Amino acid sequence: MSTGIARNATTPATAAAYDVERVRRDFPALRQQVHGHPLIYLDNAATTQKPQAVMDALQRFYLEECSNIHRGVHYLSQQATEDYEATRSKARRFLNARQNREILFVRGTTEALNLVAHSFARPRLRSGDEVLITHMEHHSNIVPWQILCQETGARLRVAPINDAGELIVEEFEKLLGPRTRVVSLAYVSNALGTINPVRELVRMAHARNVPVVLDGAQAAPHLKVDVQELDCDFFTLSGHKMYAPTGIGVLYGKAELLEEMPPYQGGGDMIRSVTFEKTLYNELPFKFEAGTPNIAGTIGLGAAMDYLEELGRENIAAYEQELLDYGTRALSRVPGLRMIGTAREKAAVLSFDLPGVHPHDVGTILDREGIAVRTGHHCAQPVMDRFGVPATSRASLGVYNTREELDALAAGLRKVTEIFGR
Amino acid sequence: MNDLRELYQEMIIDHGRRPRNFRALADADHDAQGFNPLCGDKVTVYLKLDDDTVRDISFQGSGCAISTASASLMTETLKGKTLAQAQALFEKFHRLVTGENEDAAAPELGKLTALGGVRDYPIRVKCATLAWHTLKAALKGYREVVSTE
Repeated sequence: MSTGIARNATTPATAAAYDVERVRRDFPALRQQVHGHPLIYLDNAATTQKPQAVMDALQRFYLEECSNIHRGVHYLSQQATEDYEATRSKARRFLNARQNREILFVRGTTEALNLVAHSFARPRLRSGDEVLITHMEHHSNIVPWQILCQETGARLRVAPINDAGELIVEEFEKLLGPRTRVVSLAYVSNALGTINPVRELVRMAHARNVPVVLDGAQAAPHLKVDVQELDCDFFTLSGHKMYAPTGIGVLYGKAELLEEMPPYQGGGDMIRSVTFEKTLYNELPFKFEAGTPNIAGTIGLGAAMDYLEELGRENIAAYEQELLDYGTRALSRVPGLRMIGTAREKAAVLSFDLPGVHPHDVGTILDREGIAVRTGHHCAQPVMDRFGVPATSRASLGVYNTREELDALAAGLRKVTEIFGR
Repeated sequence: MNDLRELYQEMIIDHGRRPRNFRALADADHDAQGFNPLCGDKVTVYLKLDDDTVRDISFQGSGCAISTASASLMTETLKGKTLAQAQALFEKFHRLVTGENEDAAAPELGKLTALGGVRDYPIRVKCATLAWHTLKAALKGYREVVSTE
């Protein structure tokens, strides 16, 4: 496999060790032109491009070992089962979970959060109990809890954020009350890039015996995650935001909690025995994996995790941080531009507002330059309300972005201000 | 750059920045709200009819340059027109922005032809037609929010 970092590299985590041009060659999609310009893909928080290694893994599964898992005695089924379960081991190492049975494969973070809300939180909630989230959550970490609160009579509490887009930790702590039954929050905000001090927040919640769910969709692609060190009770990730296919993700849960939880869906593979009188459920993790799973996607996720490990997750974090600093400086020189989300601890997300120009117009003009950014509310309407904007433009960075691309973004934004006659 | 200038003509920038008839109409006899969930654009169209003639028309809301300019130009164009004329204009305008109209410069469209550049940006057609769809809803007497979806 060709990656940007040599396999035997033992260099410390410095951006200098990072060869972005080699990384770019691993991503065929980056070679294309859009509207006559080389594609500059800056919408990685929505989804990432896929490296050749991931495409090869998908193709290998469908061309050479396509079969169902966990049930066939034949050769192909054994191969597929082996590769599927090997990804579970990779995911355990990727998150530093204790055991493979703590790793559940799901469609993505949305399904993971719904699973936790339904199977973990629902049986624990009584009328008047509270669920605590933050003001910077993605809709997928708001709506499942709202539905749950409506069903149970529990109350959704929201910890506020400051003008920089940081969680106000003292307010969060105050909202941890005697009725708080679960806390669910983003490790990294998709709309603002804020990295929450999750270790500290988990400690605060645990001091009051409140379990914590971490939405890690935006953290897993950028940061080295250690669920044992974080001590979170659940952690979610979405494969497609970390260079893997769509439709596959991971829910990590502490084994003792998963053991107690009722199944989320019933079906094949999640049972030990079925009669019309009684069904015995399978053991972990299979209890939560009803039906034929996304086998190809899971194997693709494994390839993406291998890819990120080979690049070196500390190397990625250091490189992206340098890129973020560079981009922040480049955008600050665009006349009038206001950065939305200026937290001290930030992942590689540049969300901004150009006063007098709607983000949708910004997006259209940048698109004609071959630059893909996200414009809109980023599935985080409460964040937009907090900053008094209907929408923002967002450039979100990944392993293959360069300083030159950020210069092109800044130049594109100057063109926007030119067209709008400022 | 040239095709962008085709989309963002001076008239669009001008009406986007300084929309005409941008106010609520206290004595409106018809109104409706429009919403584009894809980009969050919102518009309320107010209408005062004199029999079947548009005596006054205005709008409020927030949106991109295309949707704001389109709403502004719509209100300018429709004042004094009959409902039948308004309906015919909407059909012509719709063909203009979707590129179905070979004869794009239909003279009766007047200033509305400034939005012709939208035909090269299919994703923006909804921006250009939001106000018109909302007007239609207002005339049907619907008071609920309409959606471009």
